[in-house]
Amino acid sequence: MSNENSTSEKAGSILEVREYKSLLSWLSSVDHKQIGIMYITTSLLFLLVGVALAMVMRTQLIKPNHHWLSPETYNQVFTMHGTTMVFLAVMPMLTGFMVYFTPLMIGARDVSFPRMNALAYWLYLMGGILIYFSFLTGDTLHAGWSAYAPLTSVNYSMNKYLVGTGVDYWIIGLLLTGAGTIMTAINILVTVVDLRPPDMKLTRIPLFVWMSSINAVLMVLALPALNAALVMLFMDRHLNALFFNTSAGGNPLLWEHSFWFFGHPEVYILILPGFGIISEVIPVFSRKPIFGYAFMTAATVAIGFLSFGVWAHHMFATGMNFTVYYVFALSTVLIAVPTGIKIFNWIATMWGGSISFDTAMLFCIAFIIQFTIGGLSGVVFATVPVDWELTHSYFVVAHFHYTLLGGTIFTVMAGFYYWYPKITGRMLFEGLGKIQFWLMVIGFNGTFFILHFAGLAGMPRRVYTYPDLPHLATINLISSCFAYVLGLGFLLFFINLVISLFKGKPANDNPWGGWTLEWATSSPPPAHNFDRIPPIRSIRPLWDLEQSQKQSGAAALPSHGGENV
Amino acid sequence: MLLFVASEAVFFLVLIIAYVAYHTTSSGAADAYRYLDVPRTAVFTICLISSSFTMWLADIRFRTGRRRPALVWLLVTIALGAIFLAGQGSEYASLISNNVTISRDLFGTTFFTLTGFHGLHVFIGLVMLATLFGLELKRGVTCPSGAVESVSIYWHFVDAVWMIIFPVVYLWVLR
Repeated sequence: MSNENSTSEKAGSILEVREYKSLLSWLSSVDHKQIGIMYITTSLLFLLVGVALAMVMRTQLIKPNHHWLSPETYNQVFTMHGTTMVFLAVMPMLTGFMVYFTPLMIGARDVSFPRMNALAYWLYLMGGILIYFSFLTGDTLHAGWSAYAPLTSVNYSMNKYLVGTGVDYWIIGLLLTGAGTIMTAINILVTVVDLRPPDMKLTRIPLFVWMSSINAVLMVLALPALNAALVMLFMDRHLNALFFNTSAGGNPLLWEHSFWFFGHPEVYILILPGFGIISEVIPVFSRKPIFGYAFMTAATVAIGFLSFGVWAHHMFATGMNFTVYYVFALSTVLIAVPTGIKIFNWIATMWGGSISFDTAMLFCIAFIIQFTIGGLSGVVFATVPVDWELTHSYFVVAHFHYTLLGGTIFTVMAGFYYWYPKITGRMLFEGLGKIQFWLMVIGFNGTFFILHFAGLAGMPRRVYTYPDLPHLATINLISSCFAYVLGLGFLLFFINLVISLFKGKPANDNPWGGWTLEWATSSPPPAHNFDRIPPIRSIRPLWDLEQSQKQSGAAALPSHGGENV
Repeated sequence: MLLFVASEAVFFLVLIIAYVAYHTTSSGAADAYRYLDVPRTAVFTICLISSSFTMWLADIRFRTGRRRPALVWLLVTIALGAIFLAGQGSEYASLISNNVTISRDLFGTTFFTLTGFHGLHVFIGLVMLATLFGLELKRGVTCPSGAVESVSIYWHFVDAVWMIIFPVVYLWVLR
């Protein structure tokens, strides 16, 4: 399935596209492809920072009673690691893929509101800069990404000499990125509803588009809860309101409920587009249609619906009455069902297919295994007494890194290896990619699998160091060493992205033999996306085209597409 | 616009829940609601609700292309919305003169946050209505299709939120 030759005259590298050469064209762009690339590039820079912060944390934890970082610094580092990864790296990266590929996959010229699209991107960038600006105040947020009250109140500022304004930058930055996210979500939904060609029925849109749409619904309904919580916090800090002030009868649990009402759908916001990427990559590299298209869609809707009914499982330790425990424990178990359906569908898609183990596919396979482990350790928390025992321990850290790093980041990697040729017109280096894949698999599992045991041994998370108790030193040493392997994997990925842009093999229009519409145009796509859209009679329009051309005895196609439609 | 309104609805839902939670659980700490002048606010509430009705009348006339009566109804809508906002301003002034502020107790905190954000939305709605009015007034300028519909959806939403806030905040008195 390699690309033998670059046949299309139109296909060059993205570096040669005339419209993209001036800086002004990027700054003033309302084109969904340029904005998508800007989203992805910015989020990659934040990802690099987030990975660097993680390396700092693992270095601090490499041995017991380690005093390399002060507790204050460590608190700020893990808080910014979480905030960066969730709000500034992973979410916008997925948003970038959504913005870039949703119009292409449904055969549209652009999103419905191109200018709002640009505004959303700039809000995200400025919000990200504001959040990082908080470092300059010397007192950035130090309460974890979930920022539990009252640790965010004015009284808890750590810097004695400055009134801690870092938290305010954090609040405003998140409000800006949140507003941008809601705009993009509305944009995606309206695009999918409004701009489909007549033949592109809802039962024919690619699964990535389906999952992006459900994701957009979650964004529209979940982020305002965070915004409301942030606004209340801001009122508390600046107008002396009393929302989270316990001495005046306020209740910090209000923050927790509002935050997690956003926070749990957010978890699915971070994974659903990843599911979408996987659902595109696996069929193409297995040369089989996706198994259970309708069930995949229905399962996504079910996940979206249930994700609003599980938030209190983050707060079991706060004490609730038993009815609440039962309801949230049940819904937590229940949400594993649609997720399980997806896992089985992906496996069934691969079953009996002629699988080619390119890097993109390798990441998909590792994703399925790692995400299943992460899912299983998540269901464990539905058992309330177990949750009491393990919450705020490293077991939780291991669990959510299995879903977000071993899950989402691996899907994103698959997405990069799959779509990089389409975006840039160059292939990523496969050899380098496979080395990166193995480094990441070994590094990731080595780092995080063993942390389950650290949690079971009672090691609490969010503490800058730990006493020299039995096993803890060994576990953390192993974990830190593997973390460096993982970091090396990330580094290779960034190197690959950059050198492939200049030295990568030129890609033809459809290097992987994909079926969805984005492969029907040139690589990189022209400003107007499509010269002509092929007829859409199923979820695999390009496959239909290939078949009909074969049957009609037309001139044989160049291997795996490359046809000018 | 409907999606945006859905998003905004969740925002207000959280603020209303905050009000209700503190209103029911810590009544001792939140009893300043006794200072509210319910009949006065009821009058302004009627203004706001009728502004939704006049917006509807304007919307129908825009749709059937009767521009002049549509503009009149739009102006009435703006006026009613402005009266409501002015009423809220004077209410705030009298509350603050009675020393009911955002930092007095939990009622003050939740009341001013909730109604303040609603007032902000009314203000933004008025700006949108005024923009619409200004654009339609100028001959030769036509608003983008759907602009009237979008603004009117937003305005009805602002009203609907108040129809929840008014009974919850003003009529629900604990002993």
